[in-house]
Amino acid sequence: MWRVGTVVALHDEIATARTITLEVPNWPGHTAGQHVDVRLTASDGYSAVRSYSIASAPNSQGRVELTVERLPNGEVSPYLTQEVAIGDPLEVRGPIGGWFVWRPEQTEPIQLVAGGSGIVPLMAMIRTRAAAGSTATFRLLYSVREPGAVLYRDELQALSAENSSVTITYAYTRSAPKNWPRPPGRIDAALIANTTWPSKLVPTCYVCGPTSFVESASRLLTASGNHPDKIRTERFGPTGERQ
Amino acid sequence: MSLDTDDYLDGNAAAGELSNIFTIDVTAAEGQCAHCGAIKRFAEAHIYMQGPGIVARCSVCQQVLLRLVNARQRVFLDLRGMRCLMLDTSRLLKSGGQL
Repeated sequence: MWRVGTVVALHDEIATARTITLEVPNWPGHTAGQHVDVRLTASDGYSAVRSYSIASAPNSQGRVELTVERLPNGEVSPYLTQEVAIGDPLEVRGPIGGWFVWRPEQTEPIQLVAGGSGIVPLMAMIRTRAAAGSTATFRLLYSVREPGAVLYRDELQALSAENSSVTITYAYTRSAPKNWPRPPGRIDAALIANTTWPSKLVPTCYVCGPTSFVESASRLLTASGNHPDKIRTERFGPTGERQ
Repeated sequence: MSLDTDDYLDGNAAAGELSNIFTIDVTAAEGQCAHCGAIKRFAEAHIYMQGPGIVARCSVCQQVLLRLVNARQRVFLDLRGMRCLMLDTSRLLKSGGQL
C-alpha cells in the first residue's frame, strides 16, 4: 500500500548524503531497523522504486526521517539528495521488515556493525534506545571511508559521551585522522576481537552495509564465536542503489 | 552449486514487493528450502533484483526458492523451491506494513 508523504524538512548530513523528513498521513508507526520503499514516477509513467532505511526513532507525529546517500550513477538518489524540495509529495510504502529490528524490550547486549551508509538503520536503533530510556548496552563498530564521511558525527559523539552504555569505535578504510591508533583498512579479526562484545555475553549483532562488507563482517563475527542465529544482516547495493 | 557473485541483496529487499501479496511480514518468516532442506529466515535469503523480476535463492545451497514477476496488472509467484513457509500470525501487517 502506497501512501503519499510530504517533505517537511531537508538536512545535509555530509556533502553526499541528505536526511529527508517526511510527514505521512495515517503512518502506522515503525520499529527501529525497518525501511520504506520510495517510488518516483516520471511524467511518461516510468517509475523506479528504491528502499531506504528509516533513521529516526518512532514518534507520534507520523514523521519519518530517511538518510539517502547520493550514488554517482543512481536513478533515484540524485533526485532525493539534490532536487527534492520542502513541500514536495513523495510516494512511500512501509514500514517494511520485521527481522532486522531492535525493540526496547530487548535487554541483551547489542553489537552494531555499520559499513558506510549502513549506519542509517543502526542509528534508528541507537535513537530508539535513547528515546525509550533503555538500559541495554550498545556497541557500535562503524567502518567508514574517511572522517569526513561519518554520518551523525556530533549526535553520536554526544550520545556516547553522556551515556557510556553506547560505545563507538570508528574504523577508517581510506584515511584516518592524525595519530589514529589504527592504520586505514578494512575491519579484521583483531578489530572484532578488541572492540566488539565477547561472544560469551551472547550479544545480538546487527550488521548493515554493502553486500561484500556484510559478508566479511558476519564471517568475522562468526569466527570470533558468535552464533550465526545471533547475527542479523541487511545488505544494500551494488545495483538498485540503497536497495 | 555456488554463484560466483556478490550482486545479491537479502530478503529485506524483497519484502516491499511481497507485502503486496502477504498480509504477514515475510522477513521474519522461516522457510524450508526444497532442495537442501535448510530452514532459514526469509531475511537471510539471497535476493537478485537485476532482472525483470525478483529471484530469491537459498543462502546455504544457492538454489532458487522463489521467483516473483510483475507483468500487466498480474503478479506471478513461483514458490516451487520453498517446501514450506512458516509465517508468524502475530506479525500481521496492519494497513500497509505496520507490525
